[in-house]
Amino acid sequence: MKIDLNTLTIRKVHDALIKGEYSAVDLARSYLSEIEMKNKDLNAYLEVYDDVLEQAISADKRIKNGNATLLTGIPVAVKDNILIKGRRAGSASKILEGYTASYDATVISKLKDAGVVFLGRTNMDEFAMGGSTENSAFGTSKNPHDISRVPGGSSGGSAVAVASNMALVALGSDTGGSIRQPASFCGLVGLKPTYGSVSRHGLMAMASSLDVIGSIAKTVEDAQIIFDCIKGRDPMDSTSIDLETKPSTLSPKPLVVGVPRAFTESEGIDKSVIENFKSSLEILKKQGFEVVDVSLPTIEYSLAVYYIIMPAEASTNLSRFDAVKYGFHKAGKNLLEDYELSRGEGFGKEVRRRIILGTHVLSSGYYDAYYNKAVSAREIIIEDFAKVFKSVDVIATPTTPSPAFKIGEKSDNPLAMYLADIFTVSANIASIPAISVPSGFAEVEGKKLPLGLQFIAPSGGEETLFALSKNFLKK
Amino acid sequence: MITLEEVEKLASLSRIALTQEEKEEMRKSMDSILGYIEQVKKVSGQSGFDKKAGSLRNVMREDTNSHESGIYTETLISSAPKREGNYIKVKKIL
Repeated sequence: MKIDLNTLTIRKVHDALIKGEYSAVDLARSYLSEIEMKNKDLNAYLEVYDDVLEQAISADKRIKNGNATLLTGIPVAVKDNILIKGRRAGSASKILEGYTASYDATVISKLKDAGVVFLGRTNMDEFAMGGSTENSAFGTSKNPHDISRVPGGSSGGSAVAVASNMALVALGSDTGGSIRQPASFCGLVGLKPTYGSVSRHGLMAMASSLDVIGSIAKTVEDAQIIFDCIKGRDPMDSTSIDLETKPSTLSPKPLVVGVPRAFTESEGIDKSVIENFKSSLEILKKQGFEVVDVSLPTIEYSLAVYYIIMPAEASTNLSRFDAVKYGFHKAGKNLLEDYELSRGEGFGKEVRRRIILGTHVLSSGYYDAYYNKAVSAREIIIEDFAKVFKSVDVIATPTTPSPAFKIGEKSDNPLAMYLADIFTVSANIASIPAISVPSGFAEVEGKKLPLGLQFIAPSGGEETLFALSKNFLKK
Repeated sequence: MITLEEVEKLASLSRIALTQEEKEEMRKSMDSILGYIEQVKKVSGQSGFDKKAGSLRNVMREDTNSHESGIYTETLISSAPKREGNYIKVKKIL
């Protein structure tokens, strides 16, 4: 049977499965045939699991027995840095060659309990370091809207899978924008939840004070359903919390949306992005929201703070890859050389750069000048957000400073690549939730490239983000 | 300006072997990145800056509910590139 994958949502699939219009096996087959057709060109998946149909058969049984959840039978793609017991996981790195996960990430256990069907593991920038998937050891994923362009990253494979109907929804991880930026480049919804609201147990750590797992989907509701399933405090992650979500406040009083104008119109932002952002604000005003300018004087320093804290934490976290416990091993003359050669060859260029940069900012001579300053600056940024959130409910910015860029355009200039995160990192620095929603297109060289609008809320403000985003997309 | 010697020292502290060419490239890119992150010092114009301690704290727990000894040994050891019985094999260090 032919299922139109274009317009599917979790709720539509659930209704169809319950009514018996098609089975989870039919649905899985449809996605597998899409993958068969497209993955060779788009490189979204590093591996498609060989037991997809068996998983779907179990889902069908569960549906028949009448104990299906909303997510039973839903085909999900998983970023390659999230562990599924007994399956390969590698963060798109050579250093994890041959590694099989020995346990389930907490988010995976929760999705398994709900009965989803895992389709495969998706491509990404190695260890989630990058904004284009060009840092993958297994080739770049392609943007389905223009295959000469990057899909964004680091969760680029997940975004491509959803955007090209190779999965209904996907998991990603967001340390500085790695869910929202690819969602924006591929015309999707991407949620970076409040820090700690989703367990990091079983997510390969990049920067532990910034990392969070979230969802990439076609609709706000789908992103929300996945978030509702995976969130919650977990004894295996001491930083996880039971989020006190604030109820959404769309009525009776209209929501106030703050715009850090000096920041959103600063130099280096693409004209198409500024125009699109202006029209998004007009839509919000027409919908009855109050749009006001706010001052966030320190927000522009978020990226500098990020590029100190993130490599510092990453250099520490990635010390576990020693070619002794698991993964790629290259033998040298002695143990020290084993380490150096294995890490030199096993890690790609960008990962090596961030480890060395992190070692530098943490070294005794520079610790005060960089790391300590960044930690203090982070506190000031957090306070600045808190001040602004006294007078506004949500902050709006574009998600990215430009539409998707060409493959190779920034790969020789790491700083230019880092600047693509300028609007997204501050939410990670402040541990607050943010969402990217599709806001239109930029016409470039005859192709329509998606653009995204980002909403940022105070901690626990996910419900407001969902309500506002749904409303905005109704336009 | 970061020097080539500093890059070599950092690479060795990071246990990462770099070729001569890679070292030079690393030096150049680190220079531009360090130039950018210097900005963080500008935030220090803010009042009370130097007194700000980070608010993030480690969260510790009691070591309770330990599992039965040995139940994960095979799974974990089998991931190692080299093993001998229930040990991971490495080169001698003395």
